[in-house]
Amino acid sequence: MRAEISIKNTKSKFLDKVEELSEQNIYACYQCGKCSAGCPSISEMDISPSEIIRLVQLGGEEEVLNSKTIWVCASCFTCVTRCPKGVDVAKIMEALRQITLRKNVDYVNPLSIPRETLSQVPQIALVSALRKFSG
Amino acid sequence: MNRIGVFVCHCGLNIAQTVDVEKLANIISDYPGVVYATNYIYMCSDPGQDMIKEIVKEKKLNGVVVACCSPTMHETTFRNTVASVGLNPYRCEIANIREQCSWVHKDKKIATEKAVEIVKATIEKLKLDKSLIPLSVPITKRALVIGGGIAGIQASLDIADSGYEVVLVERNQSIGGHMLQLSETFPTLDCPQCIATPKMVQVGQHPKIKLLAYSEVEEVSGYVGNFKVKIRRKASFVDWNKCTGCGLCVEKCPVRVPSEFNELLVKRKAIYTLFPQAVPNKPVIDSNNCLYLTKGKCRACEKNCLAKAIDFNQKDTFVEEDVGAIVVATGYDLMDKAEIGEYGAGKYKDVINGLQMERLLCPSGPTEGIPHRPSDGKIPKEIVFIQCVGSRDPEHYYPYCSKVCCMYVVKQAMLYKNVVPDGQAYVFYMDIRCDGKGYEEFLQKGMEENKILYLRGRVSKLFKDGDKIKVWGADTLTGRKIEISADMVVLAMAVVPSKGVKELARKLRITADDYGFLTEAHPKLRPVESLTAGYFLAGAAQGPKDIPDVVAQASGAASKVDSLFSQDVLYHEPIIASVDEEVCVGCGNCVDVCAYDAIELDLRTKKAKVNSAVCEGCGACCAACPSGAMQHNNFSKRQIFEMVDAFVR
Amino acid sequence: MLLLVLSSIGEKAVRNSTKEFAQLTHLPIIPFTHLLDLMKGVKMKISYFPGCTLKTMAKNFEDSALASASSLGIEMVELQRWNCCGTVYSLTSDDLIHQLAPIRDLIRVEEQKDNRVVTLCSMCYNTLKRANKLVQEDKEKLDKLNDLMYREDVKYDGKVKVLHLLEILKNEIGFEQIARKVKIPLKGLKVAPYYGCLLLRPPEVGIDDPENPTILENLLESTGAEVIDYPYKTECCGSYNTVANVDLVVERAYNILRSAINQGAEAIVLSCPLCGFNLDNRQKEIKEKFSDFKNIPIFYFTQLLALSLGLDEKVCRFELNFVDPRPLLESKHLIGGV
Repeated sequence: MRAEISIKNTKSKFLDKVEELSEQNIYACYQCGKCSAGCPSISEMDISPSEIIRLVQLGGEEEVLNSKTIWVCASCFTCVTRCPKGVDVAKIMEALRQITLRKNVDYVNPLSIPRETLSQVPQIALVSALRKFSG
Repeated sequence: MNRIGVFVCHCGLNIAQTVDVEKLANIISDYPGVVYATNYIYMCSDPGQDMIKEIVKEKKLNGVVVACCSPTMHETTFRNTVASVGLNPYRCEIANIREQCSWVHKDKKIATEKAVEIVKATIEKLKLDKSLIPLSVPITKRALVIGGGIAGIQASLDIADSGYEVVLVERNQSIGGHMLQLSETFPTLDCPQCIATPKMVQVGQHPKIKLLAYSEVEEVSGYVGNFKVKIRRKASFVDWNKCTGCGLCVEKCPVRVPSEFNELLVKRKAIYTLFPQAVPNKPVIDSNNCLYLTKGKCRACEKNCLAKAIDFNQKDTFVEEDVGAIVVATGYDLMDKAEIGEYGAGKYKDVINGLQMERLLCPSGPTEGIPHRPSDGKIPKEIVFIQCVGSRDPEHYYPYCSKVCCMYVVKQAMLYKNVVPDGQAYVFYMDIRCDGKGYEEFLQKGMEENKILYLRGRVSKLFKDGDKIKVWGADTLTGRKIEISADMVVLAMAVVPSKGVKELARKLRITADDYGFLTEAHPKLRPVESLTAGYFLAGAAQGPKDIPDVVAQASGAASKVDSLFSQDVLYHEPIIASVDEEVCVGCGNCVDVCAYDAIELDLRTKKAKVNSAVCEGCGACCAACPSGAMQHNNFSKRQIFEMVDAFVR
Repeated sequence: MLLLVLSSIGEKAVRNSTKEFAQLTHLPIIPFTHLLDLMKGVKMKISYFPGCTLKTMAKNFEDSALASASSLGIEMVELQRWNCCGTVYSLTSDDLIHQLAPIRDLIRVEEQKDNRVVTLCSMCYNTLKRANKLVQEDKEKLDKLNDLMYREDVKYDGKVKVLHLLEILKNEIGFEQIARKVKIPLKGLKVAPYYGCLLLRPPEVGIDDPENPTILENLLESTGAEVIDYPYKTECCGSYNTVANVDLVVERAYNILRSAINQGAEAIVLSCPLCGFNLDNRQKEIKEKFSDFKNIPIFYFTQLLALSLGLDEKVCRFELNFVDPRPLLESKHLIGGV
């Protein structure tokens, strides 16, 4: 199947929203792949970070929001530190998570976390997980 | 008594579409002092110019205003036109009604009114314009070339072959520059030692070239046509007139320090020549590492020198040279790999830079062209090249493309495969830029015949893993994260201006960009001249370049020098500052603001004095003068006021 | 060292100008009462923000840190009131509400008449420092936040400096001074520092070079330990994925630990309770998944510091470490009747 590209997706509201929430210029990315090359989470990702940005450039809203990648990213800032164009990939990932969470769709339902886990993990783990995974 | 003619140009529709040129000419024809006004479709065309000439003669005009495009376009044209019929060219003024009027407005009525104002103001200025005569200064037909790399060599030879004397200053003990370090040169794979050494020998033997090796420019004064240059001849501690170049001193020296020419891969002695074909082929003693000069003992070289050429008492000396033009060809360096933290910050021996790889692949280099890796001498079976290291990285290092890396990496990978046929070469790249003649074909050959595997993506991290270097990269074409266990990694480091060029630029009063590359007068139309008259640029000092481009630019700079020297005197614009000595109070403000060192304060009379040959007519001193003594020819305060008056009237 | 004295009873204007001066000169403000203590030969005091986990699971971190600091002449005075900082800095432009928690904690610091606050947990450090930087650079956001917190008596002015204990040890005590105070050099103990993410990244809030940090190495060397270098010391442990994606964390932690062990490390040293949990407690799951894996003790840097300073072993609370480090320490004769 051909992926249709038109002004509808390349100038989409989705792209604007990502740029607004992340305060990043999506077009600044020149697809060098350094973020993907250094990402510690890449083996658990279905789409690499540089491809995520590419898909945002192409207006591929659905693919991006349904990807595992945006949830696997743990905001470790390795990509942010090394990006030659100064693109804050972590902020883009956060924007993508927020776009989903703000539709009242939780990635992890707080009630589904087993009691055992709750008592086992440190508070900082719980608080940050809930901050990142639920609305 | 003013007899002014005004000539309004349509510039096709460029002006006429927005400005009512007919009406403009009509209104202006009634303006005081104007005896004739007309309009024409292309004033700069031959019929247009002929018309101006006819009317100047017929109406006996003593001033001309051409209302047309910017003076940077056609001021010279029309000044020459009126001069050809006997009018002083400085009595011709341009009223810019295109860039400053028709192009920036849409409403024809308003634009026409504004054009009228512009022309009126210009007429007021013209009324007070003096007839000026260009200054003429004599010219010293001798050139200084700074830097003895391939750019400086080419420029020196071209100028000298045209019959003018050249003083070539090189800071190392031999000319040759980085080109002599290279293995082979792309895309034809000729050996740089074979093609560059004949040129070096020519330089050394040329009767018109005075070669000052192991020397640096200390100070420059004067101006185009008449520079005075003070040159430091660094103490080499060897009397080069006595030295026979036998090499016994080098053999007997007990000191071993990393060799700069071999990019620190092997050691050299404290007394050393750069390489066997050096010009001049004389040794120098490195005073920072010589045992006698640092600790007071040894003198092995002195004891063994049959020619008695060693002279530990030698001091730096200075020579002065008079030249009329200066070619700056100071070349480049590579950015230090220690700056790249994620690639090991320079601590891994088997992560080398592009010039180190050149030395390893050079048949006359320390490993005779077999790339034994630095750590243990093993021949790498898997080698990774990384392009754009430090280049194209505006966030951390340099935003620009270093231009030569794409090509030398193909070449190095090819040469590697030639000597290690069972090895594998990988190249991480972002884009491949092969814009030269035969370059793309060369790349294709590398991929198809030498099976170099190109991986599209940057490398994020390098680290040592046993005796391997682990490479974490990406292949964005498949979206995969790549891990390679490499035996050696070559970093194509960013090309940066050579060390010390910013200080040199300050001494020469020429400009450099943020990174230290020297700025050309115009990026397209004056690419080999500096903005400061009399300075010419050649080679990578102006921006990253490969050898063909460097040689072309060097020849270009040389021909600019030749055309400067083909004149017997230099004419200098008379639109410069002058001092009214009656009014000057000797405060010295003008001296401080002058960017060209053109003003002196006469300590005896306490009056400022403008060196008219150096003054560029920028006007900074006139603005800074509190007493109004400093006035700009044909831009006097009174003229400016009259123009303002004409606008607000 | 020049100290500025801030009288708690002084005129408000005097206090403010002193504060401004301190801001300009980067001098620490020492409350007047603290100065009296100092004159009596008592320690330098600094406000301390513990954060949630330091009070519970990472009690071993807190106790060893307070004791070590105290023995080096710093009294870390816990804020009288504080709240959870939120643990992660909010990364979206319009999300001001999540900046409230960290900024509120900085108000607590100002209420104590201090202009510096020290943290131990890397996550708290990063969150407080970034939120602080945000409002320091964006006056409009600062004003908005102050408006939202209309019930606070003190308006935040952006003038608190957020520090990590490692910075104080390096810049104000000095590693040479620490080395002089070491009573039990950790000779022969091969330790691998683990930085994780939030002490170093993003670089504008990091305490050291993000690619080749040395601060933990230098501290550990000053205690006499043998420092092991390994390539994974700045690689992420998987962080909060430990809640819902244990496999991911296990994989990551295994790679990090294996890399250090391969280089000869006998223990890992870190400064974040979440990294600590993932590298220490998750060794249970690592062992289940990777049969070749052998446990390795995980220390907070303050535990080893306390030990080397000759403090009572009890302050190290080794019983709270998941992998018991005592056998290793005993084998090196560092504890147990030395």
